[in-house]
Amino acid sequence: MDTQTLIYIFVGLSFSLYIGIAIWSRAGSTKEFYVAGGGVNPVVNGMATAADWMSAASFISMAGIIAFSGYDGSVYLMGWTGGYVMLALLLAPYLRKFGQFTVPDFIGTRYYSKTARVVAVICLIFISFTYIAGQMRGVGIVFSRFLDVPITMGVIIGMGIVFFYAVLGGMKGITYTQVAQYCVLIFAYMVPAFFISFLVTGNPIPQLGLGSTVNDGSGLYVLQKLDLVLQDMGFGAYTDGSKSMIDVFCITAALMVGTAGLPHVIVRFFTVPKASDARKSAGWALIFIALLYTTAPAVGAFARINFIETVDQTEYAKAPAWFKNWENNDLIAFYDKNDDGVMQLSSGDAFKGSPSYADTTGTAGQRMVTNPPNEDSTNEVYVDRDIMVLANPEIANLPGWVIALVAAGGLAAALSTAAGLLLVISSSISHDLLKSTFRPQITEKGELLAARIAATAAIVVAGYLGIYPPGWVAQVVAFAFGLAAASLFPAIFMGIFSKSMNKEGAIAGMVSGLVFTFSYIAYFKLVAPDANVAANWLFGISPEGIGVVGMIINFAIAIAVSKMTDSPPVEVRKLIDSIRVPRGAGDAATH
Amino acid sequence: MMTDNDPSVPEPNDGTNVGGPEPDTETNSNEKAYWSENIRLLCSLMAIWFVVSFGAGILFRDFLDQFSLGGYPLGFWFAQQGSIYVFVLLIFYYTWKMKKIERKYDLDD
Repeated sequence: MDTQTLIYIFVGLSFSLYIGIAIWSRAGSTKEFYVAGGGVNPVVNGMATAADWMSAASFISMAGIIAFSGYDGSVYLMGWTGGYVMLALLLAPYLRKFGQFTVPDFIGTRYYSKTARVVAVICLIFISFTYIAGQMRGVGIVFSRFLDVPITMGVIIGMGIVFFYAVLGGMKGITYTQVAQYCVLIFAYMVPAFFISFLVTGNPIPQLGLGSTVNDGSGLYVLQKLDLVLQDMGFGAYTDGSKSMIDVFCITAALMVGTAGLPHVIVRFFTVPKASDARKSAGWALIFIALLYTTAPAVGAFARINFIETVDQTEYAKAPAWFKNWENNDLIAFYDKNDDGVMQLSSGDAFKGSPSYADTTGTAGQRMVTNPPNEDSTNEVYVDRDIMVLANPEIANLPGWVIALVAAGGLAAALSTAAGLLLVISSSISHDLLKSTFRPQITEKGELLAARIAATAAIVVAGYLGIYPPGWVAQVVAFAFGLAAASLFPAIFMGIFSKSMNKEGAIAGMVSGLVFTFSYIAYFKLVAPDANVAANWLFGISPEGIGVVGMIINFAIAIAVSKMTDSPPVEVRKLIDSIRVPRGAGDAATH
Repeated sequence: MMTDNDPSVPEPNDGTNVGGPEPDTETNSNEKAYWSENIRLLCSLMAIWFVVSFGAGILFRDFLDQFSLGGYPLGFWFAQQGSIYVFVLLIFYYTWKMKKIERKYDLDD
């Protein structure tokens, strides 16, 4: 059977599985829609959290980013896992004990204020939409490459699938679909990783393979070899990285705190039966995540070695099939600067900007691009980092079914996260804006209908953002973290650990953190992208890491304002006492 | 078939129905002792969390890179592998330890 047929079969089977689960577990009440009824087993919830969490960026982009940035890629590895320690220790059990449906619910009740609730909803919507744009783009990229449809069409198919199980099943449907999606995506990630680790080092366990010697008889360790090869080509050493220490520190911190403040992750801990289960569930989630995250650096390093070995100094005419496949999908370009028909790799960009292809082919048969060449570098190959995971099985010449599996896994990763985000957006609108703020007399049935309408509208907006994306997949995702770190995390944290934090402080803190972080990012990414260099950054902190400064501003302003205003009422102090002890969370679940 | 057909709307949580055995007093001494033990545990675990990631993986990486673990420079290993393993252990240790502390103060769920 040819690979294309296998891809259709694998993707088709996984989609029917998700739809089947959606029908079996459709939500009948708002409680099922918002928190899956509140009785999900902590291990199952951990698995669902892992799928919810690991997005198209984790599955598709992360290994590619690590492959091309070496040590600098550590910010994602530590940042996106370390946040779970903060979640398990600082937030999850208390939020579960609080026992409501959404993050703005907690902020609105803890700060006894409709304004605080609405500000939290605005933060949540900002964060979720920046994040979801990247997911839908990921869906489009995977579809266009594997199902051979245009990216726009791919996004629309993805919207249709997500619509089905998110709108019908709510949190209940999403939870069980995500468990299936986790299984698909982790299997799809590990199988090629085992193969490639074995091919490059002879050790099939990628985590150990990355610390082993290369199979080519040179006796060099993988990382030593990469360092040598890259330095020969004029790149920096793989194990060194090029970011400044303060920037690495701040990006890692922003990603960690952002992870702990991301609403679609937090709500997953509302679905377990007890407060202690929320801690346990965060641990399981991290185990399931760590499986992929400790594999990604190995996949990145092996892919980089393979890529260099098969492409550098190779005649274009003899280039492997995958090279031309990805060239046809606009993700690779060969710019033959010295007209010898041989591809030379070195540091620097081959040409300026992302490729715009002409309809003509060059003397060697490559697709011509109209971009002006980058004369400062002898590099002739443009490669989009996103292809590293997707092309990996092809680069290593693996059988067709592995390629089909990766296609299904990439879609599972993107769809599960998109669905989780859509759900927090729709719950906030129907529960926090309608039910709790503007239309308290709405019936259960009306609220459920509103949640479904809001989910549908969110899908349409997400699809639009996927078709006209504001930036690269992984970059867009990083911004969601900065905003979450600067706005929601401090408000939740102080809500639990400080009895004197009041509504004035929390609102002022959230607004200032969000405005500062958003303006900083928007200035360097949208208003003046040319100025986005280290020399212009505040303390040398890039827009990706600025969320930490936003968070500090949030804390400082919140504390200062709360000192000058009245302390919170006694009922709120009692609420804080009650969320601090686990006993009684079961009662809250059955209220 | 759905089993949960409860049509009632969940009440907003005002904090009085989940306050444990003595909802009327603001804090009792047992809960206070529990909370301070929890905070002590939190601080020590968060310190380890900081040391393995920001410490070993970032601030002292250059120093640690002199040593190696298999083919990994040690600082690089902490940044890309080691800190993640420690994170997992930290959460499970916390879960286990908190259960013990909760039993001690009779506040477990």
